[in-house]
Amino acid sequence: MLLYFVFVLGIGFALKRYMKTSKDFFQAGRALPTWICGLAFISANLGAQEVIGMGASGAKYGLETAQFYGIGAIPAMIFVGIFMMPFYYGSKARSVPEFLKLRFDEKTRALNACSFAVMTVFSSGISMYAMARLIQVLHVFDGLFHALGWNPDGIFTFSIVLSAVIVLLYIFLGGLTSAIYNEVLQFFLIIAGFLPLVLLGLRNIGGWAGLKASVPVAYMHEWKGVMHANTNPMGIDIIGIGMGLGFVLGSGYWCTDFLVIQTAMASKNVESARRVPLIAAIPKMFFPFLVILPGLLALGLPTPHTTTVTRVENGVIYHETTVVSEQVAEGKGIIPAKINPVTGKLMLDASGKPLLDYDMATPNLLLHYFPTGILGLGLTALLASFMSGMAGNVTAFNTVFTYDLYQSYIHKNASDRHYLAVGRWATVGGILLSIGTAYAAINFNNIMDTLQLVFSFVNAPLFATFLLGMFWKRATGHGAFAGLISGTAAAMLHHGLTLPIEAVAGVHGGWITVLHNYPSDMAQNFYGAIWAFSVNFIVTVVVSLMTKAHPESELVGLVHSLTPKPSRSHLAWWKSPEALAVAILVVAIGLNIFFA
Amino acid sequence: MRLDLRIPMGLMFTITGMILTIFGIVTRNDAALYAKSQGINANFWWGLVMLAFGLTMYLTGIRGQHRMEKEPPPPVEEGEVRRGGH
Repeated sequence: MLLYFVFVLGIGFALKRYMKTSKDFFQAGRALPTWICGLAFISANLGAQEVIGMGASGAKYGLETAQFYGIGAIPAMIFVGIFMMPFYYGSKARSVPEFLKLRFDEKTRALNACSFAVMTVFSSGISMYAMARLIQVLHVFDGLFHALGWNPDGIFTFSIVLSAVIVLLYIFLGGLTSAIYNEVLQFFLIIAGFLPLVLLGLRNIGGWAGLKASVPVAYMHEWKGVMHANTNPMGIDIIGIGMGLGFVLGSGYWCTDFLVIQTAMASKNVESARRVPLIAAIPKMFFPFLVILPGLLALGLPTPHTTTVTRVENGVIYHETTVVSEQVAEGKGIIPAKINPVTGKLMLDASGKPLLDYDMATPNLLLHYFPTGILGLGLTALLASFMSGMAGNVTAFNTVFTYDLYQSYIHKNASDRHYLAVGRWATVGGILLSIGTAYAAINFNNIMDTLQLVFSFVNAPLFATFLLGMFWKRATGHGAFAGLISGTAAAMLHHGLTLPIEAVAGVHGGWITVLHNYPSDMAQNFYGAIWAFSVNFIVTVVVSLMTKAHPESELVGLVHSLTPKPSRSHLAWWKSPEALAVAILVVAIGLNIFFA
Repeated sequence: MRLDLRIPMGLMFTITGMILTIFGIVTRNDAALYAKSQGINANFWWGLVMLAFGLTMYLTGIRGQHRMEKEPPPPVEEGEVRRGGH
């Protein structure tokens, strides 16, 4: 683990020499090789939510979780590569909000830049909090603290400060290049840590067939029962999945989030930038094995129970009892039940069954299978996933803050050196704010759920704005602005009026009044996104038609119909991004049929 | 960029792989340790895999670095699409 930290910082120092202009710092000089950007593209997303969350969803909903990949991510990545990247890259915008300014107007950009900056800081804070909690639970540093005679209560702070300092150092020194290099490093490390876990787990449980036998049937099928909401674990029908996940949430994330887009924009030319998301889609197709299977494996293992073995030895009767805590015994497989941190009692859902702490599925499996030695590697991989998520957030934050807020509204026309310095200090500020968020999360139990909820309100309608902006030249700034605001409002309203079954009104929804019940919170999310998207789409169109259009000359390179087709005669047909996209689609469909 | 990422990455995996392999060899008779991984010496075998991966990365990285240093940096390719008056 120590070795990993040394290398992470080493890369930062080695790259420091190259960071001479703000372009180097924020955009990696736009000169990185395609494969590096491609791997960083998925690695930026491979943060805590992905590794822990996908394992958790795997245990909760089964293989249906793979639809996050099959429908959510892959088509969106192909879409952004083929259709949207030419505008992002070709417009010479340095960030996603800046693209909005070029295409629409200043206020749309300000809205997007502010909400984005706030969200990145909070999500890296949440990531940090989750990591520190996990380190505490897994006792990673307990040995070290014991050896040094420190108070073990300090582990939480120690983990937060340690991760913050490392991420800060390598970004401060090497900017986006350093973040991207480290993301690639983390990508391989995550594979190195999780692949043996899945292999060992599958071997133990008796291969694919053994896994099938030990979990409920519906869990092993990605598509089974999908036509009707009552027949699959997630409780969503095909329309909800297709529209909500595929069209709105997936595309919204992969096509508009600067967190991932920034890695593609760092590549060396427009063709390479278009290939970045496509290259990223290739390993992405196989990621369900790495991140979802651990959740299923954890579910499939036998649940430990308190057992008493009676044996008779020399006429004396011995009772040997293996005591398992209530928390473990009430769980499923090796997933423990959830404990209320305040009362120390099991948390129950509305029908009196214990809630399971699904987030522990993947970490527990790690502890279950790995002996000393490789366990260190596994834990490092887990930490790497947290840090790569955090680093992506921080670089996205410093770019958006410097270009879209500082340069646009606070201090215009300063020297490049000045902006470089501002970028560095924005990094420091962003990380400090994240630490603040992490500590706030300790004191307010629900803050994580609440924040994620607010993010979904802001993010859900975004894709409609970009879609209209890039493919409909009549869309105007006023339209986009009104659309974004009303889309967010629609998402909130939808959330306030609906409630998943078995949840209590409050942070899970229904805080206005309950008009409709969804079978799961996932279903609620998907339909909320559909509502937000549709409202944004309609409002943007209506308001645009009422306001004055942008002159067409201003929109060249920003809108599809007004942009000349780039000539690609110098590329062989099989090298073109389109050919790659078709190949990926074919493989992805094949995988989906195989696991149907 | 003058630093090929494959070099530091290869180095890291090589060293980690080496540590794991050696640890695996030293502890090869420790059945209690490997009870968790069902009697497979996970350290040794996975260490070897990482070692092989690291060396491959490192060697291709060195070659890439040489090639990069021999050739003059390619002229900066501007995106084909240009906006007026930027």
